Amino acid sequence: MNDHREDEDYLLNGEERPETRADGEKLLDELGIFGVARRRFFEQGLAGGLGVFALQLLAKEKALAAVETAPDAVFAENAGLENAVRVSLKINGAAQSVEIDSRTALVDLLRENLGLTGTKKGCDQGQCGACTVIVDGRRVLSCLTLAARCEGKTVTTVEGLAKGDELHPVQAAFIKHDGFQCGYCTPGQICSAVALLDEAKNGEASAATKNLRATARDLKLSDEEIRERMSGNVCRCGAYPGIVAAIREVQAGRETAQYWQFATEEEIAAAMSAGEEERDAAV
Amino acid sequence: MRPFKFTKAKDEADAVRLVSANRDAQYIAGGTNIVDLMKEDVRRPNELIDISGLKLTRIKTIPSGLSIGALATNTDTANHPLVRQQFPLLSQAILAGASAQIRNMATNGGNLMQQVRCWYFYDVAVACNRREPGSGCSALGGLNRRYAIFGWSESCVAVNPSDMAVALAALDAVVNVTETSGTTGYGIPITEFHKLPGDAPHRDKALEPGELITSIELPRNNFAANSYYLKVGERTSYSFALVSVAAALELAGGRIKQARVALGGVANKPWRAYDAEKMLVGKTPSREAFEAAAAEEMKKAQPLEHNEYKVELGRRAITLALLRAFKGAAE
Ligand SMILES: Cc1cc2nc3c(=O)[nH]c(=O)nc-3n(C[C@H](O)[C@H](O)[C@H](O)COP(=O)(O)OP(=O)(O)OC[C@H]3O[C@@H](n4cnc5c(N)ncnc54)[C@H](O)[C@@H]3O)c2cc1C
Ligand code: FES
Ligand code: FES
Repeated sequence: MNDHREDEDYLLNGEERPETRADGEKLLDELGIFGVARRRFFEQGLAGGLGVFALQLLAKEKALAAVETAPDAVFAENAGLENAVRVSLKINGAAQSVEIDSRTALVDLLRENLGLTGTKKGCDQGQCGACTVIVDGRRVLSCLTLAARCEGKTVTTVEGLAKGDELHPVQAAFIKHDGFQCGYCTPGQICSAVALLDEAKNGEASAATKNLRATARDLKLSDEEIRERMSGNVCRCGAYPGIVAAIREVQAGRETAQYWQFATEEEIAAAMSAGEEERDAAV
Repeated sequence: MRPFKFTKAKDEADAVRLVSANRDAQYIAGGTNIVDLMKEDVRRPNELIDISGLKLTRIKTIPSGLSIGALATNTDTANHPLVRQQFPLLSQAILAGASAQIRNMATNGGNLMQQVRCWYFYDVAVACNRREPGSGCSALGGLNRRYAIFGWSESCVAVNPSDMAVALAALDAVVNVTETSGTTGYGIPITEFHKLPGDAPHRDKALEPGELITSIELPRNNFAANSYYLKVGERTSYSFALVSVAAALELAGGRIKQARVALGGVANKPWRAYDAEKMLVGKTPSREAFEAAAAEEMKKAQPLEHNEYKVELGRRAITLALLRAFKGAAE
């Protein structure tokens, strides 16, 4: 068949069928594959028999798995880094030096390259705060921070807050006050709260600060202040009351009672036998 | 995200040279806007020139008032004692925007340059004159609840999202810029920095491509005791303004000697309410005087299909902001 001859021509002479190229380009656009991976598709993919059909399968697979890197993985063996940048930085006290694609966001460097999966990715657009980490003492969004710009910086993630087995006071307070439900937003909430303590110590203002012209240090924050200062961390489970209570306790430096406890053995036994009695009564 | 080359600028001249040499290059300062737009494929630079290392972070007193570095972060600017003391309106406006994390990253220059938050601009599958000149405006006949009521055109109805710029407009700030030719600079009054869309919404800043913002100057004034920034959004915090008002009064002998009113969320630039200001000068401050000035300004509003509510909201917000400024609530 004519088609076959053209395919052979392409394999022998490197002249591909124009419509194949156009189809491929369109699909690669939709897949968001650019640069090296794209060129490699045409150089190796088509030549190696990985055609538009295969790419369509990949597209489906990608849609199903929603894994950004899946199509690239085909070429993983010989994939070089495009626009490689070397970055040396300190993460949770340890010096790291990594070579990355210039597109890498800090959240991806932490999670994908370094296995520090404590930092979470929520919206990937700066709108939820789940990816909050502390860079050079300041809370920032790691999804909008290019890792390439972290040369020489000091990064603290939720993994770096505890001292050995001893939790950071904010971590302990989140447990004590039930500051989470599913826990997905929690690493971001905690990093944010830790930085908030320093901001209050330095006398930094917020939109809830009443008198901006009067400056002072060591602020004691009202609940309204805490809520405003934490507004960049969204919690889908709505654990806000516990989050505010936890921060209030650490910020004020005053212990308040924990309103929940683990049940004792006796309480569990009593509850279970009560359940049995009820069942018996119902029969 | 498309691949791009990452280049660190050594100094101002280097930055300007690098961006001028490649028309597909862009500056990156805090990155909170450009990185987002690149992830969404709305912006496609093939090179980012990192200017975060430039020495443009100082906030200092100058003969005419205060100079604020283009690369000072929004947080450092809002918290600087000189800003809080002399221009609390600016601190208030900055703190009303975004979140602590974003303000820690965002720079003053980047804030002025940020793009509209129009969802049609962000959606690369639909027409947008700003993203693709000549393709049409999807918001004009679309879901335009949050869009402009002043100064829009058939080619674009989006609003400028910056809170900081609204305060700067009320404070008659000047934006200092380095030309592409080298190290010579010039100043652009803030009210001319952002432009109404006209038929070129893709060119809505007065900057020429490659020009670098170096600082923002705030002329001395007597508004510090009586100023207020009021922001009305869908949430109390961490949401863009539906309408915002920067109000400042200078009082003398029980009368209004000078007034400044600027609105956010209503046009593609901070909207100076000159008519309202004119009506206030010489008056004895009162709710009635404030209401009359607010009504006068909003008379010219041209709402779209879904944002008629902004006219009434704007009227009330101007009145309330003026009342609070008069009471000295920013103090
Ligand atoms: C979820 C979210 C909520 C937000 N809410 C608000 C809000 O309520 N109110 C508000 O006002 N803002 C809000 N913002 C916007 C935020 O304030 C801006 O993104 C920020 O100010 C941009 O500054 P940057 O330094 O990060 O800019 P970048 O992203 O680094 O740059 C933005 C643009 O400016 C150009 N640029 C940067 N610096 C210079 C310079 N010196 N000279 C010339 N060009 C320059 C860049 O080339 C780029 O095109 C929000 C942002 C997010 C993500
Ligand atoms: S993942 Fe960064 S703010 Fe949502
Ligand atoms: S605990 Fe589930 S999102 Fe906050």
